[in-house]
Amino acid sequence: MVESYLPILVFIVLAVGLGVLLPVLGFILGPRRPDDEKLSPYECGFEAFEDSRMKFDVRYYLVAILFIIFDLEIAFLFPWAIVLDKVGLFGFGAMALFVGILLVGFLYEWKKGALEWE
Amino acid sequence: MAEILELVWILAKIVVLLVPLLIAVAYMTYAERKVIGWIQLRRGPNRVGAYGLLQPFADALKLMLKEIVLPLNANRGLFVIAPMLSIMPALAAWAVLPVGQGLVIADVNAGLLYVLAMASLGVYGVIVAGWASNSKYALLGALRAGAQVVSYEIAMGFALVGVLMASGSLNISEIVEAQAGPIWNWFWLPLLPLFIVYWISGVAETNRLPFDVAEGESEIVAGFHVEYSGMAFAVFFLAEYANMILISGLAAIMFLGGWYSPFHGLPVLGPIFDLVPGMIWFCLKVAFFLFCYIWFRGTFPRYRYDQIMRLGWKVLIPVTVVWLVVESVFILTGFGPWF
Repeated sequence: MVESYLPILVFIVLAVGLGVLLPVLGFILGPRRPDDEKLSPYECGFEAFEDSRMKFDVRYYLVAILFIIFDLEIAFLFPWAIVLDKVGLFGFGAMALFVGILLVGFLYEWKKGALEWE
Repeated sequence: MAEILELVWILAKIVVLLVPLLIAVAYMTYAERKVIGWIQLRRGPNRVGAYGLLQPFADALKLMLKEIVLPLNANRGLFVIAPMLSIMPALAAWAVLPVGQGLVIADVNAGLLYVLAMASLGVYGVIVAGWASNSKYALLGALRAGAQVVSYEIAMGFALVGVLMASGSLNISEIVEAQAGPIWNWFWLPLLPLFIVYWISGVAETNRLPFDVAEGESEIVAGFHVEYSGMAFAVFFLAEYANMILISGLAAIMFLGGWYSPFHGLPVLGPIFDLVPGMIWFCLKVAFFLFCYIWFRGTFPRYRYDQIMRLGWKVLIPVTVVWLVVESVFILTGFGPWF
């Protein structure tokens, strides 16, 4: 059973290898003439002012948190979806309860304005 | 000895898949410029080789000979590994996708789970690149891209749960086999809302127009890869196009019956169309979706960021949740011709 995953491992190694090989080729074949202007961060012709790791909107953080909750829910739904015709009404009820609680939370954040971007 | 032979065999299979895939990626860039050119009544690239057919190789060669700039303020290590992080999942996900009946590198039972995991990893390349560049535009682009990709991944995940319910398996070959039959047997029809949601999320997931605010040439110049040049930039470019092909391939497998011909199982037409190998049908379906990508880019104006987030959270997620409930009621009651 585990052996059937060996090709995947080989594929991942090969894909990483390709991702490493191409930039390495670029480093070898390309010229290398650094100067201060070229290496400064791009800023539409200005000298870069203030730190570029600036404060950012808290909503990006909020979206990330919400994503974790929902993605976890999807991970729970996967096995349930496959055996739905076997677990029957009881399984459906259990999942409906679970998703229902999550939907209450979803509606709450919706009403609270967590999904508003302007 | 047997182990080495097996390893060589696996490597051979991977190379046979990977080389056409990379050529497809190269020619996708050519096709895009050509089709957009025609949409805008131009000719597109037509100087390098007949009809410009060697253009992708000329581009690759040019990028290879350009300097890779390492900005002074950048976190060097992260800056260099970010392109690798973004291309690895786009290619590695193909390990479990069947391109024809039995033509799959790893026929594993948790296939779809693996694909979803790989699709989720793609966002790391973008975020790491934006952060490591230490440039304002790059950070802005990475934040936007990150939030957008994770938002649409939820809708996409829900849509795939619908496919799992209809097929009853995580094994991708079995998902295709569950759709055996003519075109109206494929999942796009019974799962039409999920198919549409999947495709919209797929376009958003790859940061393509009309959802390309992450790059937004006219507002934040190029977003997360503004500081990249030469081959490092080319790898991001490859990753974006490889992701498009991956999303299209998944769409063909999940909703358009993978390698089956549109008349499979019909009395007269079925055997005739089955003469065409399944791989050809699969490629045609993938090409159809890829054309849609280019078509969208040529015709739709860019969405605003708040509109994108509203569409993802307030339209697509509720639609999928409702349809999942409807579908499970269908399955439990045995109602409807498809379940």
